[in-house]
Amino acid sequence: MKVRVRYFAALREQTGIHEEVRETAGPTAQELYEEIRSEYGVRLSLRVVRSSVNGEFVAHDHGLSEGDEVVFIPPVAGG
Amino acid sequence: MTSFQLTPEPIQPLFLDGNGAGGFVEFQGRVRDHNEGQAVIALEYEAFDDMAVSEGQRLVDEASQKFGLLNAHVVHRTGKLDLGECAVWIGVSAAHRREAFAGCEYIIDELKKRVPIWKKEHYLGGESRWIGCGDSEVAP
Repeated sequence: MKVRVRYFAALREQTGIHEEVRETAGPTAQELYEEIRSEYGVRLSLRVVRSSVNGEFVAHDHGLSEGDEVVFIPPVAGG
Repeated sequence: MTSFQLTPEPIQPLFLDGNGAGGFVEFQGRVRDHNEGQAVIALEYEAFDDMAVSEGQRLVDEASQKFGLLNAHVVHRTGKLDLGECAVWIGVSAAHRREAFAGCEYIIDELKKRVPIWKKEHYLGGESRWIGCGDSEVAP
């Protein structure tokens, strides 16, 4: 299945890209994140990021669907 | 009325009206020249725009409901900011001061926890780092 992944802040720097459309075997956000971590050598662990799909926070075990926009949210620090 | 906006431009505070408002509390978060013993020379804010606005709007609506606010507005900067610049402006009004103070504090506390905005500190020595994404929080 193909999903669109966008990267921000520390994850943008650690992957070196802003976004990509990628084919993933992982049926959940968590598995997609682990694929991305190993491909790009991302240092942030799943434990400190939050998963979002189509603009809403979801649990890491949320099931992905074709065409979803997935964003992994590094620890936030607004204000 | 509530609103949550992002802007790459210097923040112009909004002035709130309403004859029913006996208390108006304003908060400005500004760029400080130090953090955890390091000399800071600039800050950089990055936002996941769509979701920052939707989560931020959800937050001000929730605060408005919880504290019975008449107005609750937030403007957050993005991009690179110099020392002393306003990074976030919050304006809250209520019939009485107690609700206005509490609502304003709630908004800034929650904003820091859940709105997808990130802050990078640039230090005098030339290094920089994303706050909250340091070595203690990365996997081996």
